Amino acid sequence: MDATLKTRIETLVNASSVLLFMKGNKLMPQCGFSNNAVQIFNALGVAFDTFDVLSDQEIRQGIKEYSDWPTIPQIYVKGEFLGGSDILIELYNSGELKEKLAIALAS
Amino acid sequence: MVQITAVAEAIRLALPEALVEVEDLTGGGDHLQVKVLWEGFRALSRVKQHQLVYGALRTELATEAIHALALTTACPT
Repeated sequence: MDATLKTRIETLVNASSVLLFMKGNKLMPQCGFSNNAVQIFNALGVAFDTFDVLSDQEIRQGIKEYSDWPTIPQIYVKGEFLGGSDILIELYNSGELKEKLAIALAS
Repeated sequence: MVQITAVAEAIRLALPEALVEVEDLTGGGDHLQVKVLWEGFRALSRVKQHQLVYGALRTELATEAIHALALTTACPT
């Protein structure tokens, strides 16, 4: 992928402890799957940042290639790709998400 | 939209002997629920497991022939 775009994405994912690439924003998610992700972070009371891929076509396509992941939402914790909607829900239901975030945010 | 059988077929081609269950959630053929059981998942992270399945359906997802895919992966018990 384009080096400038890759640097942009790297800068984004490293700038936030928890970053959610989503369609829309926290107040107005534009897709049910993105909304699920927002609700999960809200339920856990975790501070998180969002990036609206609908506002930026370059990032919208680029993040799919960067993560080798074809769908939105995508979740990054401390610069590391955690997964998409299904994995987030699975981790939340099993209690692992709370644990992972506590460890990641403490360090 | 895609044929459900073609989706299962594509996954089995990439993951030999996988047990694949595909459900059409809306009847429209583009919102699918897929469950994959495969021995080869055993040593892999969830992200890697999902990436393998997505990889098998790369074209269908990129063209939005499949618009939404709810995916569950696991190892056979």
